[in-house]
Amino acid sequence: MSEIEANIPSTTQTTAGHPREGLLRMDRMPHIWCPSCGIGPTLSAFLIALEKSNLNLDKVAVVSGIGCTGRVAGYVKLDSFHTTHGRPIPFATGLKLANPELKVVVFSGDGDLVAIGGNHLIHAARRNIDIVVICVNNFIYGMTGGQVAATTPETAICSTAPYGNFETPFNLPHLMDTCGAVYVARYTALDIRRLSNAILEAFNKKGFSFIEVIAPCATLYARLNRLGTGLDILKYYHDNSVIKHNADPRELEIKFQGPIIVGKFVDRERPTFLDAMNQRFKTVLGDKYQLYGMTDECVPEAVVEGGER
Amino acid sequence: MKADPKGVLTGAHYLDGDYACAEGAIAAGCRFFAGYPITPSTEVAERVAQRFPEVGGVFIQMEDEIASSIAILGASWAGKKSMTVTSGPGFSLMQEHIGLAAMLETPCVIVDVQRGGPSTGLPTLTGQADMMQVRWGSHGDYEIIALSPNSPQEAFDLTIDCFNLSELYRVPVFLMMDECVGHMTEKVVIPKPEDIELVERRWYTGPKESYLPFKPDEDLVPRMVKAGDGYRFHVTGLTHDERGYPVMNWQAQEKLVRRLVEKIRKNADKIIRYEEEETDGADVVIVSYGISSRVAYKAISDARKQGIKVGFLRLIVVWPFPEKRIYELAGKVKALITVEINYGQIALEVERCAKGRCKTLLVPHGGGWVHNPDDILDAIKEGLK
Ligand SMILES: Cc1ncc(C[n+]2csc(CCOP(=O)(O)OP(=O)(O)O)c2C)c(N)n1
Ligand code: SF4
Repeated sequence: MSEIEANIPSTTQTTAGHPREGLLRMDRMPHIWCPSCGIGPTLSAFLIALEKSNLNLDKVAVVSGIGCTGRVAGYVKLDSFHTTHGRPIPFATGLKLANPELKVVVFSGDGDLVAIGGNHLIHAARRNIDIVVICVNNFIYGMTGGQVAATTPETAICSTAPYGNFETPFNLPHLMDTCGAVYVARYTALDIRRLSNAILEAFNKKGFSFIEVIAPCATLYARLNRLGTGLDILKYYHDNSVIKHNADPRELEIKFQGPIIVGKFVDRERPTFLDAMNQRFKTVLGDKYQLYGMTDECVPEAVVEGGER
Repeated sequence: MKADPKGVLTGAHYLDGDYACAEGAIAAGCRFFAGYPITPSTEVAERVAQRFPEVGGVFIQMEDEIASSIAILGASWAGKKSMTVTSGPGFSLMQEHIGLAAMLETPCVIVDVQRGGPSTGLPTLTGQADMMQVRWGSHGDYEIIALSPNSPQEAFDLTIDCFNLSELYRVPVFLMMDECVGHMTEKVVIPKPEDIELVERRWYTGPKESYLPFKPDEDLVPRMVKAGDGYRFHVTGLTHDERGYPVMNWQAQEKLVRRLVEKIRKNADKIIRYEEEETDGADVVIVSYGISSRVAYKAISDARKQGIKVGFLRLIVVWPFPEKRIYELAGKVKALITVEINYGQIALEVERCAKGRCKTLLVPHGGGWVHNPDDILDAIKEGLK
């Protein structure tokens, strides 16, 4: 932490309180995140989306894995689960399938969701488990001190890639599109308004939604790569991110200090895991089968009317 | 609470241990199953997949055992009784979430149909060498409960007991089956639903504002709520206080981990179960469990025909271990002989609890098959010396 940052008077703690106090565990503040880290604004965007939504907040559950981003679960005043590294998605899958009334949000880091948790990510998207995944991509492992990630752009320096990364990083929207996610968007942590709108849209989608948030890790990624302060990175986002809705997901890779294409890339309808399960069992078992987690009206008409045998 | 008639196939059936275990789970009210196929446990999953649509449960074949073992925790926090089933290699993959289940005090049942190991070992052949892994396999200190059936009937009965114990103590409870019991077909009598007693989850019922997720009752077990009920609670695998908030110091660690351990240790006498036969006046006592106990019966009856006084202690609950009983027996006999399909896992416990008061012998077996009863008989004679 620089001296200037250290001397910033802490106004938020002494004045009228936090604007989203009702949704935060204020008894846990201050949080652990570094000044100008991108996780905070992403959380703000999430809370704004929650406020704008007509969701019953008693029915919203947040699941995180492990990492700096993983700490989000501990700060939101909702049913919240801080699980194991890489595994929030299968935990969320159990939670959602066991109680389909819940709106389940997985909020975690790129290392957590894509590297160690990559297998769960692709399968949840394929099955179209009805959850919202918010992935904070800071191109690096924050919590463990700046190691190379599955998203680190080529040539970027990390503590375990001291000569610059030479592996090909994932293009996450492309990955999620091909796996069958029904909603895929990407924004930077600078663009809180668009980001919160995207989260809101994802809340209203039925199925597997994925939102990638490009976020500064001011302490590690910026320092190792001499990118200046967190503020410098936000300026960079301002000057270099390009909104391109419906862009071809194959063209969304992020090069080191290259342009960042943001926007909504996928918005489609597909039966969720539970829809497909209900549909199949109703078709095969007929009236013997009691629909799970929904009423008869929710089942696609073709099936209620008979379907093939 | 009585079993839901929908899930109970009352009557006499011919079932293998795996199918009996699945029926036990359904009778116990299990309505969420996540698993990944592995021999010799797969038939449990297959039976559940077949039966769940009839009883209103959700079956999902996950991408691996890591996913399965945490999906059941999510389901449990959503209020469902949940279970997963696996064998050796899959059991190893589940270890991190066995620790999480212990830390989050999440009721769930994990079935391990043991095969020969290490590694891929003998996929289709029996073993009993995961007995220490279930006890100590995850990192850190914690306690679990493990039961071991020696027949398909017990696979049914003990699976229900596993669910009941997991609700009562809020711990992961394990059914440590073995391939032989899993694949052996015998008569299984499924009782009437009204004769199946189930333990209801210990729900918190006080005012919402004063709910503390990890404030224990007198028996050291906290009350539970479920996601979606408006408590807006937080739980974490980090060391935490009664609110469920992380606290990073040794005092919080001491308080939490001590309770996680003591809630089982202090209730051990209520949990421990074994079957004892002719131990009064015995010169040697055989200690065994699972399929090995059935082979040991043969050796014991051969020995008795030769006039040798052999007693038998069959472990039904393996963990917590019947330390006191083993100690008492050790003071009365010449030898305690452990028969198990491994190179000495429970035998080490027997030796520890005997505290040198008698000889302790092991009849080992590497796995893949059961003991030759003659080897057990030889050990009995060795014990008499
Ligand atoms: C099984 C396991 N392996 C490794 C770790 C160590 N670990 C903790 S956080 C982390 C990486 C986090 O990176 P990311 O998900 O990108 O989150 P960030 O901290 O950058 O927000 C790792 C490797 C762990 N906790 N558990
Ligand atoms: S290390 Fe990086 S990711 Fe972690 S809190 Fe600090 S800035 Fe954020």
